[in-house]
Amino acid sequence: MARYILGVDVGSTHTDAVIVDENGNFISGAKTITTPDVTTGIVTSMRLVLEKSMVNRDEIAAVSFGTTHIINAIVQRKNLGRVGVIRIGAPATRSVDPGLDWPEDLRKSVIAGYTIVRGGHEYTGENIVELDRDSIVKALNAFNGMGVDAIAVTSVFSIVNPEHELFVREEASRIAPEIPIVLSYEIGSIGLLERENATILNAAVLKVMQRAITALEKALSDLGLGHAKMFFAQNDGTVATKEYIARYPIFTVVAPISNSIRGAYVLTRISDAIVVDTGGTTSNIGVLRRGYPRESLEIEIAGVRTNIRSPDVIAVGLAGGSIVKVLGDSILVGPESVGYRLIEDGIAWGGNTLTATDIALAKGVMTIDDPRCRPELAKQKIDLVLVEKVYEKMVKMLEDSIDRIKTGPELETVILVGGGSAMWPRKLAGAKEVIRPEFAQYANAVGAATALIGASVEKAFSYESISREKAIATVIDEAKKRAIEAGANPSTLDVAEIEEIAMPYLPGNAVKVRVKVIGRLKL
Amino acid sequence: MMLSPQDVRDMALGAAILGAGGGGDPYIGMLMAIQAIEKGKKVELVDPDNVDDNDFIVPIAMMGTPTVLIEKIPGGDEVIWVLRSIEKYYGREANYITQIEAGGVNSMIPIVAAAYTGKPLLNGDGMGRAFPELQMVTFHLIGVKATPMVLSDERGNSVILDTIDNFWAEKIARAITIKFGGSAYIAIYAMSGKEYKRGVVKYTPLLALELGRTIREAKKRGVNVFDAILDIVKGFTLFRGKIIDVARFNLGGFARGEVTIEGFDEYRNSRVVIKFQNENLVAIKDGEVIATTPDIISILDIESAKPITTERLRYGLRVAVIGIPCDSKWRTEEGIKTVGPRYFGYDVDYVPIEIRIRGV
Repeated sequence: MARYILGVDVGSTHTDAVIVDENGNFISGAKTITTPDVTTGIVTSMRLVLEKSMVNRDEIAAVSFGTTHIINAIVQRKNLGRVGVIRIGAPATRSVDPGLDWPEDLRKSVIAGYTIVRGGHEYTGENIVELDRDSIVKALNAFNGMGVDAIAVTSVFSIVNPEHELFVREEASRIAPEIPIVLSYEIGSIGLLERENATILNAAVLKVMQRAITALEKALSDLGLGHAKMFFAQNDGTVATKEYIARYPIFTVVAPISNSIRGAYVLTRISDAIVVDTGGTTSNIGVLRRGYPRESLEIEIAGVRTNIRSPDVIAVGLAGGSIVKVLGDSILVGPESVGYRLIEDGIAWGGNTLTATDIALAKGVMTIDDPRCRPELAKQKIDLVLVEKVYEKMVKMLEDSIDRIKTGPELETVILVGGGSAMWPRKLAGAKEVIRPEFAQYANAVGAATALIGASVEKAFSYESISREKAIATVIDEAKKRAIEAGANPSTLDVAEIEEIAMPYLPGNAVKVRVKVIGRLKL
Repeated sequence: MMLSPQDVRDMALGAAILGAGGGGDPYIGMLMAIQAIEKGKKVELVDPDNVDDNDFIVPIAMMGTPTVLIEKIPGGDEVIWVLRSIEKYYGREANYITQIEAGGVNSMIPIVAAAYTGKPLLNGDGMGRAFPELQMVTFHLIGVKATPMVLSDERGNSVILDTIDNFWAEKIARAITIKFGGSAYIAIYAMSGKEYKRGVVKYTPLLALELGRTIREAKKRGVNVFDAILDIVKGFTLFRGKIIDVARFNLGGFARGEVTIEGFDEYRNSRVVIKFQNENLVAIKDGEVIATTPDIISILDIESAKPITTERLRYGLRVAVIGIPCDSKWRTEEGIKTVGPRYFGYDVDYVPIEIRIRGV
């Protein structure tokens, strides 16, 4: 029996679904409009691709989702859990309270209460002061009594020594066994406030994720896919099982962006390139390095600073549906967009709004496979000189963004993907070559469908108290454990990346070690 | 005037410009100050002209590594302990707190100290910008000693240092800071009102505040933000262009390197190289020096006018380089010897930026 994987990716305008075979070959794809509840669009896209592909449903072994459930919930402040926050760090850290720099409405809807207790570690792993165990027990009882939805725990330098956070988990399993506990050392990097923010947000969206999983499980079963294993795409271009993501939902917050970058690799097998993903509203420009998205350590989620790993991208409001405004000599393209209404409002569809797609159609660089689209309308209605001027401006905007994401002046391969990518020329400044692969419009869903299981672990050491080899081996072990937890087949585990960063101005060779392990899905 | 949380935010942004690319990110310090003020603590900014000759003035700051500051955030009491200890040692109560450094994170710590101790904050500092070493303050130029100084940690440990010179102060203070866990809060260059008035760079906190507010409001009012900035600091646009190379060499604890910027608009066909050691120190346009330390060289994002610190410089950023004349106290023989280009190892004479740019 053949085995197929179904991949779904949710964009701001469209939700895409594809089916690939076990070797990652594209079988079929379908697109539908993203719905406000996200789930309905996902279900529609799956139904469409199943019908189109005629693949036997029993042969779908796994379904992988790149979804916006989490980011939407945070941005819209919808269905967020109430979180009890424990910070371990007093007498240090009391000068900046948890949530201080959050947007006020988000803080009020998420943070049910907080306490800062004595404890935490120095960069060397020694205690700052002894852990105040009584206060932790008291806090757990209080949060239990309040009936919070989850508890978020952050201890100073827990990525050097997590023992104080682990103590809280231990106690909580006794005092409040029903309440999920999120520990910061499993979520973020060095930078107490950013890691604490990510940990609180993770705790706040546990329920949202659980609800999404339940809804999608039901959808799969309704579609006759109840047997298929369920995976979710993560921010770093890998996937993990639903059980793992149920505990770490924040790792999916920008996954769709990584899916496109990863999909560009799968469709071209070019492992180092600049990827331009053009949808209806936004173009995301990211970088492929060794087959994975180049990462950045700073990401602001709905106005909250965090330090979870995420793709390093530049987002520009310049895509298929971008509205073109001409005022005398000045031309404005985007960031306003007609989004999915392109097929009603665009000039080429008989509408009255001049869009970036109309310009590309009028210039004749783009064709659209839609019988309702009439490029000749755009050609008749838009002045030829204007077409040239606007198109030149659009290309220049894109080229500038590509240049900004580069790390040097060397020419790079540029891969164009996404539903709006057909509008770009095959030559761009700064590009060695410009490639728009077959199925480019489905790159994101292909990325979700073909991703491997991945897990990253970051720890800090002083190479004076542990040998370098032993330190790295420890992190590799832990990353492998996490990857197996995330659903990897243990015999296929591979260390994809080892990164060592020296912490400046500290004695004792203080070093941050990060290891990323990948493996094949256990199906 | 009393500082509001918005004033603190604006001041942090302005302080980053005066930081000349260094001085550390004011973010954590800014949050500390905002929390203190939001909880009802008051910070009064006072004109240095109001200082009496016999007053006792205490500059407060932090030292240590940025990695520790962002993880082991201060408790808040450290600044109280440093002040109490130095008062005890001198046997007199402080009248005012002041900044030693107008640029970067140390622009914020004295605000926190003023909030927690109730002492007024003076509207001045000891640099008018940011510099990396203990002796690089205008109070040093008039003979004020760095020690006796106090270092405190979050546990309540305090150490008093009385050293034979500032070199030993630096050396011993660093060692104590490491034992504290990588960061320490310090009271240093404690002095009389008379000395303060002779050595101070006046009105820099307010200047930072005005800079930050101008940037924040420029967009709303539809004015050119760069013109507004230059107007406030009496500075110059040195260059506009795109960063095409950043070379870094880590030597002796300093983030050394140089950034190359390729010009656009009226600067097309030109290149600027800026050499930095934590701070931007020398700017060279097409082989010709156009600005040097102690004048302030700041690199700003061309869209938002937000300052870019030297550790965040990277290929592809579109930037404007601005030059700001330093305080006249640095333009003395002793000043140039202490912080001029030759002190940092560049074989260039200091020429005031106005003369380099305008010839007068």
